[in-house]
Amino acid sequence: MGWKFRKKKKDIPGGVWLKCQGCNTMLTRKKVEEVLGTCPECGFHFKIDGRRRVDQLLDEGSFEEFGSDVAPVDHLQFFDKEPYTEKLKKTQDKTGLSEAATVGRGRLDGRDIVFGALDFSFMGGSMGVVVGERITLAAEVAREEQRALLLVATSGGARMHEGALSLMQMAKTSVALGRLGEAGIPYISVLADPCTGGVIASFAALGDIILAEPGALIGFAGPRVIATTIRTKLPEGFQRAEFLLEHGFIDRIVPRTRLRQEISCCLRYCTPGVRSAEPQPEPAGEPGS
Amino acid sequence: MADQKNNTGTAKDTPRTGLAFERPIVELERKIVELQNLSEATGMNLNGELKPLQQKLLRLTRDIYENLDPFDVVQIARHPLRPQTSDYIAQMLDEYLELHGDRHFGDDHAITTGFGRIGERRFLLIAHRKGKETKENIACNWGCAHPEGYRKALQKMRLAEKFKLPILTLINTPGAYPGVGAEERGQAWAIAENILAMARLKTPIVCVVIGEGGSGGALGIGVGDRVLMLEHAYYSVISPEGCAAILWKNGERAVEAAAALKLTSRDLQRLGVVDEIVPEPLGGAHRAPDEMVAELKGRVLEAFGSLDGFDTDQLLARRYERIRAYGSLDQQPEAS
Repeated sequence: MGWKFRKKKKDIPGGVWLKCQGCNTMLTRKKVEEVLGTCPECGFHFKIDGRRRVDQLLDEGSFEEFGSDVAPVDHLQFFDKEPYTEKLKKTQDKTGLSEAATVGRGRLDGRDIVFGALDFSFMGGSMGVVVGERITLAAEVAREEQRALLLVATSGGARMHEGALSLMQMAKTSVALGRLGEAGIPYISVLADPCTGGVIASFAALGDIILAEPGALIGFAGPRVIATTIRTKLPEGFQRAEFLLEHGFIDRIVPRTRLRQEISCCLRYCTPGVRSAEPQPEPAGEPGS
Repeated sequence: MADQKNNTGTAKDTPRTGLAFERPIVELERKIVELQNLSEATGMNLNGELKPLQQKLLRLTRDIYENLDPFDVVQIARHPLRPQTSDYIAQMLDEYLELHGDRHFGDDHAITTGFGRIGERRFLLIAHRKGKETKENIACNWGCAHPEGYRKALQKMRLAEKFKLPILTLINTPGAYPGVGAEERGQAWAIAENILAMARLKTPIVCVVIGEGGSGGALGIGVGDRVLMLEHAYYSVISPEGCAAILWKNGERAVEAAAALKLTSRDLQRLGVVDEIVPEPLGGAHRAPDEMVAELKGRVLEAFGSLDGFDTDQLLARRYERIRAYGSLDQQPEAS
């Protein structure tokens, strides 16, 4: 049971001390980890890996990964500075991950769910065939076993190295989510910094409920591409979670420290038959405004 | 009733600034035209000179077009004289009644939607529009749609579903527009919702990549039961220029990027992304637009015909399997 890692690695950069990328305060790692990888001073959210998401969101020891045997194939024999297969191998060694998505069964406050998370440290969380396949499997298992689906997305978009096949993963994940939705099973999408391109233009945008972490960059095109296209400076806060909330595209901005509690609350409302099958009493604390 | 039918200038009498790789073809064509003109003006019989030149032209064109580099294909797909949506509407359809507006924000000219008919076959057309001259290019934003374009498409697709009309989409876009307004109005959401809707829509959908298949902007009207691609169109996750800029910090290495991305019709058929390649006239669609239109017309009717026998459940099940198989991991790549 549990997360298969070849070796441990640090997702939050730095040693015992680290500098907040938001307010430049020097912080101890311990302090940052106590508040789930955020800055206790300014609330900046560090990027965290999928394993930490499991620890933060699921009931202890409840996670059982599936789809880990789905391994990358170099369909295109892609070559840039080095062959894609080499790049994959190096990234696997560096991150201890087999690919940019990890999915599995788990429990959240006693409720059975299917959980998935992307890892930005693995080629920018980009979606190739494996990520597409694992997310699709997650949606299919959720449907077959009538479990709610929870996905945490952070990604630069579709993976260039797998060409149009990456693009088609947008369709593949979406069609599986379509069937999940038709079965009346809830899907909660959590957007973490950054979430752009083919991932936000497919499964990440299709949540019944969409939550985002504060300050997360969320958008179809990256800000640099837009700035180059329109040749002007972009407005302050453009494409940040707060901007998306203001324009009506996400349901809530939720600090990481409250994420589990709010997801649990949403699931209580969205799981069919909840009145008769309430697994746990409501946890203390109001979700807030 | 039908929209105005523009006449495409025939390739023969339009001055062409040939693409670099086809310059020898253009020069030879020019020489032949000059001789023909001379023959007409003077009444001299120059057949003896003309015939070998015409044969040479055929050989040369065949030779060049059989050995196209992937980036050459990208350039052909972008060729300004390549037949576009307006040509297919004018020449392939017997009737077109455009329907405007997304019912939320506006009417995006980068995508046209409306009722179309070929013979007895009625359908909903959804097609990218690039425009032919500058004013039109600007109005159509060179085929780069905003969210309202995708939402217009979705609203009309729901209409088609309601009245059991099949859908034909013509894809020709460099990509969905990356701009401030597009982001403010949820470009990512507009595309995602279209992809989801098309994956489950209860009516047959035939998609044709007629020129540029630019990433999410193409897929936003590109999910269906049968995906066709013109021989020299391209379909890619990112433009070769964009790919080169990211990988090598140098947009000028687009030629290499185009090769690496495997974006040609032949590659994509091998990878299972497209079902059928629609052959182009020798020398590309821009050299004989009428032939291209006629060829596609037949293929579209065939594609619709091939879906006639399925009821909605079968159609959706087949579509699911088709999409589910993208990148299927038992499909091992061929050794290079």
